Amino acid sequence: MNRIFQRPASLLDRPTHFCPGCTHGIAHRLIAEAIDELGIRERTIGIPGVGCCVFLYHYFPIDVLEAPHGRAPACATGMKRAQPDKIIFAYQGDGDMAAIGTSEVIHAANRGENVTVFYINNSVYGMTGGQMAPTTLLGQQTTTSPYGRDFKSEGYPIRMAEMLATLEGVCYSTRVALHTPRHVNQARKAVIKALEMQNAEMGFSVVEMLSTCNTNWRVTPLEAIDMIENEMIPYYPLGVFKERTGKDFL
Amino acid sequence: MDRRLTKGNIALAEGAIQAHCRYYFGYPITPQNDIPEYLSRNLPKVGGVFIPAESEIASINMVMGAAASGKRAMTSSSGPGISLMQEALSYMAGSDIPCVVVNIMRSGPGLGGIAPTQGDYSQAVHGGGHGDYHSIVLAPASVQEMFDLTIKAFELADTYRNPAMIIADAMIGQFQEPCRLTPREPVVVPDKPWALTGCKGRAPQLLKSLYLADGEQEAHNLVMKQKYDIIRDREVMYETRHLEDAELMIVAFGTPARIAKTAIENLRARGIRAGLLRPISLFPFPVHQVHDFSIRIKKILVVEMNTGQMLRDVQISAHRDSRIFFYGRPGGGVPYPDDIEAQVVAALEEA
Amino acid sequence: MYGDVIMGGFGGQGIQVISQLVVEAAIRKGLEVTYLPSYGVEKRGGRTTVTVVLSDHEIGSPITNHPLCVIAMDVLALDKYQAMVAPGGSLIANTSLIPDEKIERGDISAITIRCNEEALSLGTAKVANMIALGAFLERSPILGFDDIERVMGDVFPERLHAKIPLNLKALIRGMEIAAAVPV
Repeated sequence: MNRIFQRPASLLDRPTHFCPGCTHGIAHRLIAEAIDELGIRERTIGIPGVGCCVFLYHYFPIDVLEAPHGRAPACATGMKRAQPDKIIFAYQGDGDMAAIGTSEVIHAANRGENVTVFYINNSVYGMTGGQMAPTTLLGQQTTTSPYGRDFKSEGYPIRMAEMLATLEGVCYSTRVALHTPRHVNQARKAVIKALEMQNAEMGFSVVEMLSTCNTNWRVTPLEAIDMIENEMIPYYPLGVFKERTGKDFL
Repeated sequence: MDRRLTKGNIALAEGAIQAHCRYYFGYPITPQNDIPEYLSRNLPKVGGVFIPAESEIASINMVMGAAASGKRAMTSSSGPGISLMQEALSYMAGSDIPCVVVNIMRSGPGLGGIAPTQGDYSQAVHGGGHGDYHSIVLAPASVQEMFDLTIKAFELADTYRNPAMIIADAMIGQFQEPCRLTPREPVVVPDKPWALTGCKGRAPQLLKSLYLADGEQEAHNLVMKQKYDIIRDREVMYETRHLEDAELMIVAFGTPARIAKTAIENLRARGIRAGLLRPISLFPFPVHQVHDFSIRIKKILVVEMNTGQMLRDVQISAHRDSRIFFYGRPGGGVPYPDDIEAQVVAALEEA
Repeated sequence: MYGDVIMGGFGGQGIQVISQLVVEAAIRKGLEVTYLPSYGVEKRGGRTTVTVVLSDHEIGSPITNHPLCVIAMDVLALDKYQAMVAPGGSLIANTSLIPDEKIERGDISAITIRCNEEALSLGTAKVANMIALGAFLERSPILGFDDIERVMGDVFPERLHAKIPLNLKALIRGMEIAAAVPV
């Protein structure tokens, strides 16, 4: 009998700490599948940021360095320069990468560091209880934007995938979503592509994944899926914003 | 031994190369720019990596990434930049990741000035970053020590899997002396089985500082405490001068210690018996040495280029009957030998 | 054996070169040396100040407020360092750029030399620094002409090696002038 579905070898068999309905687990699984598919587990090193993503090491049987908040791309830079033969990925939330760590990610991308950043955008600070992030949608109520995000005071949600795509050092920048099987399939391809491009030494790759945080959004998991579709995607369009076809460095 | 006229900062940078440090990340700030400039020229020649980072925050986190890979890595800066590095220094202390961080001190607070100063003693020795940790801190007082102690800093960092800092004032960084630019002993880089190199043929490894479970963090802190106690036992470095018959002991590190040496010679020529204890390691501080000498030498003059930072450690260390005097020149003020001589004379005249 | 000297002037007067010569010559003799140049903002505006300490023992302080010798190549350097010269010490003042009446100390040996004119009489104003260095050597119990001559080839870049004889001539001229000044 052919087995058509199983837990990836690069994902440990243990219950996650993620809330029911959260799509972090899907992102974890996609990365684990990609690591399996490319056969790179024994030379892959993960660098989680701070927040819900920090427990990466509970789930992946790979070497892991826990970075200070927002600094994973700088840590990844040092690590990749020290070990160019390894596959280095950072795994950051939006509070980590799009707020406190904007400087580190922009300059790692601009240098064309040959690393991959998986960027989980759920529009709030999840671990700390759902505070407003730079990615929070206009009008979205959070524990620190109780009247809804107002652009006059808090500005506009930041589109990282588009912004990073403008940098020469970036070989791949895309935004995917994790809320339906169709989208998960697209996300799976993006994750594999990003790691493949790193393997081919093409430069900096980033995969932004629109993710649910039903707990902090104060909705049910099903409502959260609708919110991705009806509220996040209209502001954060899916697609590939940059894709190099070769090592076409300037 | 061939000695070449060498600037302090250059001796330090060459010391890093001789210590097999191949990864340097840094951001410009006066008065330490000779270090990144030298390493940007010379690291590539030995297969090393130099990255002009976008900030000191990025620099130290790049150090963290390279050091977690098991490589010797370093950054250097001065006050404002060192302040930005404290977060990652705390993480590295908590994660048992060795590194070397150099602070060629400038005066502060704030943007301050670039004249020689020792205002960052407390930051380096008593914390800096958050949490219950120590960095190993070494204080060179000559160009030769800029070279030798850099190698020593890498050795200590690796031995104890702990950040090591070198703090020097701008005088030590900028002046020149003849210097032997070869290691006193062959440099040995130890195996680092804990390094994150991919889990080929072994179980996955983790470097982290997050301990959330009941009692986990306390247990971790107590293990770190044991490490610090061993460091306190084994790694104290200091120099003494004329303490045998001294009626007053000057305690000073870095440039003030150099100037005190001249003051002591001048005083002795006048029949005044002063001596010097120069801490070379600031953490671990020579607690017992200060105490033991202070049993016989009742008067102590602490000289610093700040308003009294190491002073606290001397007060804690010295015998309870000691009379402790302080002479401080903050904000870029540098004492002349005369100034120290006058302070010694005044201290000896006091009942 | 101990000596110290503060040399001051503006950029381009060759203070770096003569201080390097002193330091290299001392190292060649097996002496201890400290060399403290101005740095950072001190350098802005083109000032150059160098403190050199020479000794056959370990050197403590690399700075001094009563140097045994001051070489003032311009009036600003004189204003700043004349008062510091140790009683009985030497002041070498470039009176091409310093009015004679500015030399006020009576308790030191003041050697006033119109370095620029002296240099020009040898063919180029560029060796004014060597005139001053010659005066220093005449007074120095530690270093002599031979010591400087020995290291010139190392301190001067290759392209200037042809100029060494001229520089040596300037040194000798400076020594002659200083020798005529009472100690």
